[in-house]
Amino acid sequence: MAERVRVLRTAKLFIGGAFPRSESGRTFEARGADGTVLANVALASRKDVRDAVVAARAAQPGWAAATALNRGQVLHRVAELLEGRHAQLVDELVATGVEPDAARAEVDGAVDRLVWYAGWTDKLTQVAGGVNPVAGPFFNLTVPEPVGVVGVIAPQRSALLGLVSVVAPALVGGNTVVVVASEARPLPAVTLTEILATSDVPPGTVDVLTGSVAELAPVLAGHLDVDGLDLTGLAGVDGVDRVALETAAAEDVTRVLPPPAEEPDFHRTPRGVDRIMAFCDLKTVWHPKGP
Amino acid sequence: MAALVLPDLDVDPRTLGDGEAALTAFLRGLPGVDRVGNERRAAQLATRSLKQDTKRALIDLAIRTVDLTTLEGADTPARVRSLCARALRPDPADAEVPPVAAVCVYPDLVATAAEAVAGSSVRVAAVATAFPSGRASRTVKLTDTREAVAAGADEIDMVIDRGAFLSGRYGAVADEIRAVKEVCGDAHLKVILETGELATYDNVRRASWLALIAGADTIKTSTGKVSPAATHPVALVMLQAVRDFHLMTGEPRGVKVAGGIRTTKDALRHLVLVNETVGADWLTPDRYRIGASGLLTDLLLQRQKLRTGVYGSADRVTLD
Repeated sequence: MAERVRVLRTAKLFIGGAFPRSESGRTFEARGADGTVLANVALASRKDVRDAVVAARAAQPGWAAATALNRGQVLHRVAELLEGRHAQLVDELVATGVEPDAARAEVDGAVDRLVWYAGWTDKLTQVAGGVNPVAGPFFNLTVPEPVGVVGVIAPQRSALLGLVSVVAPALVGGNTVVVVASEARPLPAVTLTEILATSDVPPGTVDVLTGSVAELAPVLAGHLDVDGLDLTGLAGVDGVDRVALETAAAEDVTRVLPPPAEEPDFHRTPRGVDRIMAFCDLKTVWHPKGP
Repeated sequence: MAALVLPDLDVDPRTLGDGEAALTAFLRGLPGVDRVGNERRAAQLATRSLKQDTKRALIDLAIRTVDLTTLEGADTPARVRSLCARALRPDPADAEVPPVAAVCVYPDLVATAAEAVAGSSVRVAAVATAFPSGRASRTVKLTDTREAVAAGADEIDMVIDRGAFLSGRYGAVADEIRAVKEVCGDAHLKVILETGELATYDNVRRASWLALIAGADTIKTSTGKVSPAATHPVALVMLQAVRDFHLMTGEPRGVKVAGGIRTTKDALRHLVLVNETVGADWLTPDRYRIGASGLLTDLLLQRQKLRTGVYGSADRVTLD
């Protein structure tokens, strides 16, 4: 009997809960550590960025209005489904050159990180907000509110744990996210989109683009409908003018989380709510006390 | 110019006489619309690529052809005034953006709108004749129209009696259009076919001819209250009717698409349909209109994008 021909996956973008090819029709080859071609991956264009931002903007009010409990449950469910794809993700990480033990630890870490952030949704207000003492007959309350649509450049080396560690905190606060996945290791991000599509994450809440960071980052930074920009993934990327990105972002007062000098070790537990609050505003309201 | 859809006819359709029988025979004699071919043609034209300069020009044209519309039960004079301000100057930050063609309101708000746009090129259109259902007596419909015209409406958007049309009483529909046209006086009459309720392209073609024969200055797809509304295949059938009517009689009539056009891309595709069906002479607000409310925001965003190279935010466009 002839040997069976394996059916290969088409790695596509994730926009508005659907899996379109790039509007430009372009693809690039994702290669393993040994140079073998792992898959043809969609090479996103500026119009894909636009479409993703439109989808994220449309989804944002609904996601922000969901109860904290509900957002927590949704993030927890992503963790559950990630657990179910454990073996596949380990294989994908190993193919990019990660040692098997380290790959297993990375997937474990990604699941745990999601659970950790899922727990924060209904605790954020207590920790970051507060009741302020004021000299008058008023309740004075401070509560964190999401900035809106956050553009994220995902870490280049830690293709899964790093990705989860930058996306989840933005979601916790009620933001929707447009992510540019690791350029050299896009496949774990593509698998994550397939998990997101079958979880309870509303369409458009997370939109994932694969492609050139140097091409996509300036479009995302200049986009007037993007309210926050997480540049963590620029660590270790050459050929991107960070000052230009921040200047473009400043045009419409986009919150920018600047890139660290080198990619952090994402296995370390995050420092409290720092990453969540990077894309939240604090709103203070005065409410008269009743008689 | 492309060939006529109609077979050669010696009769001038305007001189069919008042008898319902002749009109019915003419409408029933119209060739049927090839549904598959029509949809394919419309879809094919939607794939035309537009170069940047063309797009720039077409976006400005689209803005000039917009009938900026508010037809809500919750409309207030203040809302209409702010709509008019937006119609006069769609982008406060850029004086080069042309004003829209008209504002479209309910008859009771015509006076407010007319006052707000007085002295400008922006016209006031009123929906009349028991819009959107058209379910009222002839007397009520004519009074509705008369009052709108008296209040200062430059254009009247009337609805046809779909019930009469669908039950084959073409004469009644035509009589009503003629009666409204008479009451309109100098006001421009747009006849809404409400294609979403006509069920077939054949009916759309018949209704288009019926309205043109009865004296409509412009035929309009929809009220915006029924879905589907201004689809490309429907617009194509109506544009063909206007083209053929022009070729047979020498009289140019207009087309207005309304309902469901929310994106620049869709609006530009409609303009391509116009250019390819009736020709560039129709690419003017006198002969072509797009009825919309949300569309203007997207047109302005795309216009800004072409100028600055940066994608915009709806937060930066004025609300109506």
